Amino acid sequence: MQAITLNNIEKKYGSKKSTVQALRGISFEVDKGEIFGIIGPDGAGKTSLFRILTTLLLPDNGTATVDGFDVVKDYKIIRRRVGYMPGRFSLYQDLTVGENMNFFATIFNTSIEENYGLVKEIYSQIEPFRDRRAGKLSGGMKQKLALSCALIHRPSVLFLDEPTTGVDAVSRKEFWDMLKRLKEQGITILVSTPYMDEAAMCDRVALVQAGSIMSINSPAGIIREFTNPLLAVKADNMLHLLNDLNKYEGQADSYPFGEYHHVVMKEKGLENDLENYLQKKAHQNLEVKAATPGIEDCFIHLMKKE
Amino acid sequence: MRTLRFLLQKEFRQIFRDPSILRVIFIMPVFQLLILPWAADYEVKNIQLSVVDHDHSNYSRRLIGKITSSGYFKLEDYNNSYPNALYDIEKDKADLILEIPAFFEKNLVNQNESTLFMAINAINGVKANLGGAYLGSIIQDYNREIRLKWIQFPRFSPETTIEIESSNWYNPQMNYKYFMVPGILVILVTLVGSFLASLNIVKEKEIGTIEQINVTPVKKYQFILGKLIPFWILGLTILSIGLLIARLAYGIIPSGSFLTIYVFAAVYLLAVLGLGLLISTYTSTQQQAMLISFFLMMIFILLGGLYTSIDSMPVWAQWITKFNPVTYFIEVMRMVILKGSGLGDIKRHLLIVLGFAVFLNGWAVVSYRKRA
Repeated sequence: MQAITLNNIEKKYGSKKSTVQALRGISFEVDKGEIFGIIGPDGAGKTSLFRILTTLLLPDNGTATVDGFDVVKDYKIIRRRVGYMPGRFSLYQDLTVGENMNFFATIFNTSIEENYGLVKEIYSQIEPFRDRRAGKLSGGMKQKLALSCALIHRPSVLFLDEPTTGVDAVSRKEFWDMLKRLKEQGITILVSTPYMDEAAMCDRVALVQAGSIMSINSPAGIIREFTNPLLAVKADNMLHLLNDLNKYEGQADSYPFGEYHHVVMKEKGLENDLENYLQKKAHQNLEVKAATPGIEDCFIHLMKKE
Repeated sequence: MRTLRFLLQKEFRQIFRDPSILRVIFIMPVFQLLILPWAADYEVKNIQLSVVDHDHSNYSRRLIGKITSSGYFKLEDYNNSYPNALYDIEKDKADLILEIPAFFEKNLVNQNESTLFMAINAINGVKANLGGAYLGSIIQDYNREIRLKWIQFPRFSPETTIEIESSNWYNPQMNYKYFMVPGILVILVTLVGSFLASLNIVKEKEIGTIEQINVTPVKKYQFILGKLIPFWILGLTILSIGLLIARLAYGIIPSGSFLTIYVFAAVYLLAVLGLGLLISTYTSTQQQAMLISFFLMMIFILLGGLYTSIDSMPVWAQWITKFNPVTYFIEVMRMVILKGSGLGDIKRHLLIVLGFAVFLNGWAVVSYRKRA
C-alpha cells in the first residue's frame, strides 16, 4: 500500500474576478518509508499541496489518500497519524520547550516518555533548554523543537514544509541526516524545499512548477533524463559572454551558474565549434569544458521546455 | 475531557505569563473604577457666569449673592456692558451671561414685576442646558423669597402657586456614582469577555499555531471551549474585583443579592464570548479584530444607556439599543444594586441575553466550521 497517493488534485484561490490556479491536476504516489521531495520555486504550489494532504485545505478536484485514508472523508483518522511541520514556526512561543512538547504529546494522548526513543536524538539537543520559552530559541533549535513536536506521537507519515528555509548550511546538513535516520524507523517523509541541492538527499523527487509536476524520478534518474550535452564556459567579461552565447545557434539555453555560464547544446559534437565562435568574438581567458548536469540544470531545462 | 483540561492548562499558563494581559485584566478595572466615576458625573459644576448689572441695587446684589452661593456658578466677571460680557463668551471665559436691567429693583417694587436676560453659550450642550435650568430655578426661588417677605399676614397670597417637592427613590442622595459605577463595571466585563477572547483566538491564527492544532485530534468544540472557559472565568473575576472596589471605594452595597448579579453575569458572559468568537472567525489579524472591537465598543457604550438615557433617544436609536447586550446588563446591574431586584424581576432581561448567547455562539460555530 502506498503511503500517499494523489490523483489529479486541483486547487484554485481567489474569487470570480481574479483567480490563481495553485495546483493544476497533481498526481503522484509515495511509497512507504520513502523520503519524497517536492522541489520547486516559491509559489509553485508546494504549501497548498501540503495543506491538502494534512487535511487543512479542501481540494477543488481530485482525490488524495494518506496512509490509505481519504483526505476529505477520513480527515479525523489522518490527523491522528500524521506529523506536520509548517514552513513557519508555529509552536507556542510563550510556552517553554518542555511545555510545548508536553502539550503536543498530551493532545495526541501520549507522553514524551512513551515515544522518547523516536525523538531522543533530536530532542536531546534541545533538552538542556527545556525551561526556555520557545520564542527565545535560535532558528536551528526552533526547528528541532518543531520536528520533535511533530514526531512525538510517532506519526506514520511526516510532512515537512520547507523545513530548511532560512537555516544555516551546517544545520541543514544535520537536519537531513536526522531525516535519513527517521526513515530507517519506517516513517514516510514528504518534504518540500526550494533548494535544488537538497533534492539529491531524497529517494525520489517531484519537480513542481506553477502548480504542475514537470518530472518525477529519483535524483539520479532526473539527471539521466537530461540528455543534451552541457558545457561550462568562462571568460573575463561574463556579461558579453552570455550575450554572445545567446546568439550562438547551436545552443538550446544559456544561463549563469556560479562562476561559469552553463550552455545546453542542441546536439553532441559542437564543443569545438562553440569555442571557435567565442574566440572570434575576442573573449579573453576563455575556458570551455564539459559539465555534469545537476538537479538545478534539469529544473531549468524542464522549466524552459514547458 | 483530558484534552480539554490540558488546553485549559495551556491557556491559563499563557495568560498568566503575559504581563501586558495581566495588567489589562487586573489593573485596568481598578483604575477605571477609581477614576472614571468621578469624571463621568452628570452634575455640572463650575459654570462660569458673567453678570452685567445695570442696576447696582440692593436686590440685584442679593440675587447675585444667591446665585454664587449655590455652588454651581463661579462669578467670572461683573461689569456693566453687555458687549464686554459677550466678548468673554467669545473668549470662552464665560458660559452664561445674566443681564440685570436698569431699574430692576424699582420695577420690581413698584410694578410688581421685572425682567432679566440670560444668554447661554451653547457650544457645550450639556453645560448650557443644565446651567440655564439651574439659573432659572435659582431665580424662581429668589422670586418666591421676595414675595414671601412682602406678604402681610393675614392677607392671602394674591395668586395661587403650586410648589413641587420631589423625593428620589432608590438613590435618595442622587449620587451619580451609584449610577455610574455599575455601568462602568459592565463595560469592563464586556471588554474582557468579548474582545480579549477574540484577540486571543485571532492571535493563534496570526502566528499559525491554529494550523498546528488543526492537524491534531483536538476537536473543534474542545478548542472553542478551551478558549471560552478561561475568559468566562476571567470575566467573573473582574466582576468580583469591580464589586469589591465599588464597596470599598464608594460604599456601594447591592440592595439585591449577589446571586442575581452572578447568575445574570454568567449568562451575559456567554453572549459576549459568543460575540468575541464571532469576531475572531471573521478576522485574520489582531489588528482587524482590534478595529472591529473599537467600532463595536463605541456603539455599545453610546447606545447602551451608560451615559445617556435610552428613553431620550429617537425611536430608531432605541431600537438599536434593543440589540445591544450591554444595555441589558447595565439595566440589570442598576436594578439589582439600587433597587434590589431579584431574579424574577430580571427574567425578561435574562431570557433576552440567553437568546443573544444562543444566537451569537451558534452563528460563530457555524462560520467557524465553514472557515476552518
